[in-house]
Amino acid sequence: MAIQALQVVAQSATTMTPPASAAKTVHVAKLIDISSCIGCKACQVACMEWNETRPVIGDTDGTYDNPVELGANAWTVMKFNEIENAQGGIDWLIRKDGCMHCEDPGCLKACPSPGAIVKLDNGIVDFNSDKCIGCGYCVAGCPFDVPRISQTTNKATKCTLCSDRVSVGQEPACVKACPTQALTFGPKDDRIKYANERIKDLNGRGYDKASLYNPQGVGGTHVMYVLPHGDKPTAYNGLPADPKISSTVGLWKGIMKPIALLTMAATVFAGVIHYAIKGPDTVDEDHDDSKKS
Amino acid sequence: MTNHWVDIKNADLVLIMGGNAAEAHPCGFKWVIKAKAQRGAKLVVVDPRFTRSAAVADYYAPIRVGADIAFLGGVINYLLANDKIHHEYVKHYTNSAFLINPDYGFKDGLFTGYDEAKRSYAKGTWTYQMEDGFAKVDPTLQDPNSVFQLMKKHYSRYTPELVSSITGTPQDQFLKVCEMIAATSAANKTMTILYALGWTQHSVGSENIRTMAIIQLLLGNMGMAGGGVNALRGHANVQGITDQCLYSEVLPGYLSSPADADATYEQYKAARTPKALRPGQMNFPQNFPKWFNSLMKAWYGEHATTETNFAYDYLPKRDAPYDIMQIFDNMHQGKMSGFISSGFNPLAAISSKHKISAALAKLKYLVIVDPLATETSEFWKNYGEFNNVDASKIQTEVFRLPGTCFAEQDGSFTNSSRVIQWHWKAADGPGESKSDQEIMAALFTRLRDMYKKDGGAYSDPILNLTWNYTNPLDPDAGEINKEISGKALVDLKDAAGTVLVPAGEQLAGFAQLVENGGTACGNWIYSGMWNKAGNLTARRDPTDASENGIGQSLNWGFAWPANRRILYNRASADINGKPWDETRTVLKWMGDKWGGSDVPDMRPNAKPEENVMPFIMTQEGVGRIFAPQMAEGPFPEHYEPFETPLARNPMHPNNPKATSNPASRVYKGDMEVFGNRKDYPFAATTYRLVEHFHYWSKHSDLNAIVQPEMFVEISRELAKMRGIASGDRVKVSSARGHVHAKAMVTMRLKGMKVDGQTIYHVGIPIHFGFKGLTKPAQLANSLTPYVGDANSQTPEFKAFLVNIEKA
Repeated sequence: MAIQALQVVAQSATTMTPPASAAKTVHVAKLIDISSCIGCKACQVACMEWNETRPVIGDTDGTYDNPVELGANAWTVMKFNEIENAQGGIDWLIRKDGCMHCEDPGCLKACPSPGAIVKLDNGIVDFNSDKCIGCGYCVAGCPFDVPRISQTTNKATKCTLCSDRVSVGQEPACVKACPTQALTFGPKDDRIKYANERIKDLNGRGYDKASLYNPQGVGGTHVMYVLPHGDKPTAYNGLPADPKISSTVGLWKGIMKPIALLTMAATVFAGVIHYAIKGPDTVDEDHDDSKKS
Repeated sequence: MTNHWVDIKNADLVLIMGGNAAEAHPCGFKWVIKAKAQRGAKLVVVDPRFTRSAAVADYYAPIRVGADIAFLGGVINYLLANDKIHHEYVKHYTNSAFLINPDYGFKDGLFTGYDEAKRSYAKGTWTYQMEDGFAKVDPTLQDPNSVFQLMKKHYSRYTPELVSSITGTPQDQFLKVCEMIAATSAANKTMTILYALGWTQHSVGSENIRTMAIIQLLLGNMGMAGGGVNALRGHANVQGITDQCLYSEVLPGYLSSPADADATYEQYKAARTPKALRPGQMNFPQNFPKWFNSLMKAWYGEHATTETNFAYDYLPKRDAPYDIMQIFDNMHQGKMSGFISSGFNPLAAISSKHKISAALAKLKYLVIVDPLATETSEFWKNYGEFNNVDASKIQTEVFRLPGTCFAEQDGSFTNSSRVIQWHWKAADGPGESKSDQEIMAALFTRLRDMYKKDGGAYSDPILNLTWNYTNPLDPDAGEINKEISGKALVDLKDAAGTVLVPAGEQLAGFAQLVENGGTACGNWIYSGMWNKAGNLTARRDPTDASENGIGQSLNWGFAWPANRRILYNRASADINGKPWDETRTVLKWMGDKWGGSDVPDMRPNAKPEENVMPFIMTQEGVGRIFAPQMAEGPFPEHYEPFETPLARNPMHPNNPKATSNPASRVYKGDMEVFGNRKDYPFAATTYRLVEHFHYWSKHSDLNAIVQPEMFVEISRELAKMRGIASGDRVKVSSARGHVHAKAMVTMRLKGMKVDGQTIYHVGIPIHFGFKGLTKPAQLANSLTPYVGDANSQTPEFKAFLVNIEKA
């Protein structure tokens, strides 16, 4: 992929007009073809290596999910689910969980801090930790339950779709590491075409409900799935059938916004006073950072 | 692999059985996905567990552990009964037409010639009928003593009903798999079989593979693109280890090593230089003297001459087996003083940890060469419940020499495709670590100097060993590979006296090896990997030599033998040299020579009408359906694992001698600690997880994060029966020990109806131990039985008995 100078087309708590050049930028997408995924977790390991995240070494809870779920240091995890199929056999549904990079991102809409969440002209939704105030609204705003607040930095974290790699023409680390090409990355149009080929192949193998997961309730996503059981997205560890931005986010954007902003300003002010009197908070080095906020 | 990784993409059907490629070989698995996506191939998985390979399969069938021969014997019966075989191929390219000694027989689970006391067979009746020095054949395949008819009779007993009752595979599912396999009997359809330790680690391991080899011969899938019998090797370089002879039965290149019976060089040579069993066949092993003499020239140079019988007397003669199980049994009996364990963690890797631990405690010294602090290196140390030993009672002196890992030294790997690939050092090893060759050279040169100074019994083989490396204390890996590949010692000339290879030049390949001492070659099958053009193993050109995109990258590394990518590739064409499938041509007769996209596995100018058959490494020239070389019988037969959940072998319910492999070696003391099905009612098996590599990667934080703790997998039914919930801590016990683990209750295992009862499995990952970053655990090896395959002595890690209870 050619190197692109990425531009911000939308940012949190800011009204802006996207630059005209952005309309020409190719929208990217990562396609996760579940029918080719063997659940090897190479994507998880590559993600941790590239982003230098290290969740604590946990316990086994009686499943193959490790870490058990997304965390401030676990931006993608494999989720395993067993279901009985129509033939009386079983299917082992393995889904790589992580940020979907919505075209209409609920996190960005919910975020009260100007510029803390941005959408780039290629479709990537990225967090800007310098501006993050750790309020957790993005967590509530996400229909996929993705962002996590770090207990050590008090900043929101999630998959960046390796915006740093993509901006210099490379694919995300997870895609690079995938041994079976279950993960592919490129222009979104191309990925949809490829997905349709995969769906046709799956139809021929008896998966007549196979489909592309690119939910329109959030304007489509820049991370898409090929689901062999397209009629049952929730079977893939609770992938929402029809994700939409929560109505409270809409409320927040409407009449509640001035009040909430005022409350938030007061909170920040209180924090400054607290800092002036008590000094910075200290954090235990060994603190488990992977727990959901 | 008879074929290679890339070639998997050419298959119409991929069968994974006796392995779990998605988890143990995730990178190679991309070719399975390619076969599915690009060729529309179907993937079938047969396994006791619904694995991550099964997660992307088109069809899955469950099977009880240790019942593979019953399943595959049933497939053979299905193919023969439904006439789903490749007739022309079977007639010409297998020994199906060969006539067998009329005295050969099989009764009540035993072949003729069984000696119960010795637990072995006298093979006098497992022979061909001979005439004028050649084996007799009946091309009509109708003679009742023909291999074809004997096979038919042998496998007619494997009816779908009986197979299902032994394997636990529901009959409809078994027949569905048969039907899918049978479809590849068409001349232009192929099946590849991917297996690994799920077949080898049984007391009938070699015969598991043999049964599949028979199936692939019947289907005409050997030598074909997208076919073959493909062993996916368990370590990056385990293929290289076997090729280079790091075990006692063979010398490099699978040359059988001398035994006590081979008193003289002439006797040794005669016993290993076979005669062709059919007229006009290549009988390639007739070149044995060239290979052996060249090896001895590489090792002993001027001391290996015609006059000295190529220093034959320098080689030790085996008085008994010295496989790894025998070594540890000897150690256990207190017959050994020291042991050097280099890149090896036997406490975890050779079955029955308790016995291994007791054996190591009887040594005077133990040397560990490893980049990691292995469990074996601390076998003497008490780790509470995880390694409960009394250190004060163990006197073994342990030396731990830090080795480097593969990325910290130059060298070559040989992968499952038999491709030798050079790798370059990426970083210096940490601290005082040294490369394996530096450590070995230091040991050798010091020992040699001690012999030189102090003398010693028969020191000639040590003092005279060729050691001409530029730096004798740290031999360069390139120099070693050149030595293995071989060179001319004198000018090699053709009949007219023209010099073909001048003295001192690297050889082009094993065809240039001579018997008279004019060549030196450390391993004949690797010959040519470093020729006069240089190091071919360092080549990285992926260009496909084929016209139809089948992925024959002949300039990528160097595949042994002779850079050949698909073995027996002559069999990919019919008797006239026309490819069975021209869309996947590997080899074809060009009118004057063999051509195509591979190095011919055939004399290049052998005209089809000369009837030189494709299996050039056999005396017969054809593939063996009847193979008297095997220890437990010329046809594979189902025997139960040594620890079986059944009261009998349902194939031979009235003959207790034929319950388990009659030719497997069982040591005194080990038979006594086989568990019975009353105390240990569940069938257990061990396996790998994709997140870990053996006992190494638990030392790495990233691997430990993605799979942190020992667990065992059980079905919902078994969990309910024992009151176990997913995530509970459980105790799994065998007659030899126990482990604690978290329970993983899953639908991916189910109870199976077997011989009138319901069998439940317990699945046990092998990776966890008391060293490393994962949660400490008892080694899975605490549970496993000390018995092995009758041919290879590979331990039976894959089928034994346990009990499970809530801890």
